[in-house]
Amino acid sequence: MPPAIRVEGLRRVYAMKPKPVVALDGVDLEVAPGEFFGLLGPNGAGKTTLIKILTTLLLPTSGRASIFGFDVATDTRRIRRIMNMVAGGEQSGYGILTVREQLWMFSQFYGLGSREGWRRVDELIEAVGLGEQRLQRVSTLSTGQRQKMNMARGLLNDPWILFLDEPTLGLDVAAARSVRELVLEWKAAVAGRTVLLTTHYMAEADELCERIAIVDRGRILASGTPAELKRRVQRESIFRLEVDRLDGGAGSLGGLPGVVSAALAVDGGPDAQRVTVNLVLQEDAALGGVVTALAGLRSQILALRKSEPTLEDVFVELVGRGLGEDTSGDGDGGDGVGIGTTVTPDGTDAAGQGSR
Amino acid sequence: MTTTGPTGRPGSGLFASTRSGDDPRTASNWSRRTIAETNLRALAGRAYPRVRGMFREPSWLIFEILLPFLATSAYVLIYRALRAPEEYVGFVVLGGALSAFWLNVVWSMAGQLYWEKSQGNLELYFAAPMSLMSVLLGMAAGGLMMTSTRALAVLVVSSAVFGVQFGVQDWGLLVVVFLLSMTALYGLGMMMASLFLLWGREAFHLTNLMIEPVYFVSGLNFPVARLGALGMVAIALIPFAVGLDAVRQLVFPGATLLAGTPPPGVEALILAVMTVVFTISARWCIRTIERMARARGSLSIRWQ
Repeated sequence: MPPAIRVEGLRRVYAMKPKPVVALDGVDLEVAPGEFFGLLGPNGAGKTTLIKILTTLLLPTSGRASIFGFDVATDTRRIRRIMNMVAGGEQSGYGILTVREQLWMFSQFYGLGSREGWRRVDELIEAVGLGEQRLQRVSTLSTGQRQKMNMARGLLNDPWILFLDEPTLGLDVAAARSVRELVLEWKAAVAGRTVLLTTHYMAEADELCERIAIVDRGRILASGTPAELKRRVQRESIFRLEVDRLDGGAGSLGGLPGVVSAALAVDGGPDAQRVTVNLVLQEDAALGGVVTALAGLRSQILALRKSEPTLEDVFVELVGRGLGEDTSGDGDGGDGVGIGTTVTPDGTDAAGQGSR
Repeated sequence: MTTTGPTGRPGSGLFASTRSGDDPRTASNWSRRTIAETNLRALAGRAYPRVRGMFREPSWLIFEILLPFLATSAYVLIYRALRAPEEYVGFVVLGGALSAFWLNVVWSMAGQLYWEKSQGNLELYFAAPMSLMSVLLGMAAGGLMMTSTRALAVLVVSSAVFGVQFGVQDWGLLVVVFLLSMTALYGLGMMMASLFLLWGREAFHLTNLMIEPVYFVSGLNFPVARLGALGMVAIALIPFAVGLDAVRQLVFPGATLLAGTPPPGVEALILAVMTVVFTISARWCIRTIERMARARGSLSIRWQ
């Protein structure tokens, strides 16, 4: 079986004034069948351009791309029979139709028989949790309901590969979670189903994707499993230590072998019941010396937690800026929506999360 | 394979079944029959919103029947005030009814792909496995069904109010001429849909430009033969002009005021040629548009 996605030296330049815009600049990528792969990057990074090329909507300026061995430039019909795509904020369809009618209409574009189409539509409506809205006009749906309907549309033809372009964009916590669960459930049901997700939500990529490529200014800066990517930036071990007392303060640990730094995180004053210390060690093994030293200081360890770097840390390390810093104008012209700050799928501000 | 998913929603077991074959390469290999069936279903699917819309938005009764009836009435009253031959009333009523098709073609058909692009539908059409001609034909079929109802309503109401008498002798040829008029008209509409998408916003100005001049040279409210050479040119080039004249000749046989244009049989041939030319041109245009869209990174995609 050929790779689900193979991209070699892909380059896409838009002829724009006053100067051409390079949206993709020599992208190489391979996604195995059955993989959940994420493209993580800010607006304007080139994610949407890559997805448009892979879904046969755009031709590359140079380089090659294929889906299950079919060339995106020449084998368009065969690719379109086995794929589907859903984008965040999608307003497709006709407001005058009901949810059920709209999905049936799209089912006809994929060749489902009329009865088969209605049956499939009814099943999918239940699966995405739109049973109560099935006879409601599309124009009256909320953003979250609309996106659930779009997800159902994307699954109508049982695609072998599903392209999701910022699928939870603008959704509230519950709706975003529902969409993520749905995708995971659908993918897990049959071996070989492949998903390519573009997102700038760190936690979403971390939660869903088996492998991730970090994209910026049309280039893939790094790729690997979330754990592999995080290891790239974790050159030191970071621990959060809570003790009942620490005579001599953090300085009593700072000079130990293998300890890079030790700093009090919470200063509770002389009457505090516990003291929290942020420890940066050259490696995990240095922790033994710290424990021994604490025993000598008659400090009782109340809690010890290792801090993991986040994908945000990885991105900052690779790119030199946070995801919230927009690069629109340098990439693919933006993904249609400008996001000024990085927000997690659960709606919380991710800026600084896990920062070291 | 799992049959129930982690969400535990009813019907979630459906994810375990796949209709698209054992592996993606096999699934992508469609027979000619599957391709043909998919295109036919896509045609029906795209026609569906127009047909549903007709029943769901009753306001069309006002806009599509009352307003055309008032416009037709104005001409009828003018002709009667001028003591023009009574045949003119029949010509005006027939012109008013058939003009619904021309309006549907220039407004709904020609601008439709541009509108689909702005809604984000066009890229989904491009990314689906059916032929784009199916979408155009579906738009045409839906528009034709919707407009036929409206045209018939205008015809019945106007005829009843103004007492128009029809004297059809060759029903077979009338049906053929009407059908060929529609295929030629909507063939032109399919071609214009691609061109309007390419030209963008300026196309709407072109639409406005096309309505009144075409009405005039097609003889909407009078026999096109009265225009002499200009009328002949219109008959040779504009499906609305030739279709309207042929239908008038068949509905009012022997009307001397209609003399001077080719007989209905010849006009049927002209319509047949127009159908072929416009449909082939529409197919070429939509393919060219798709190729340009993929190369330029524009046209099909909403944000560009």
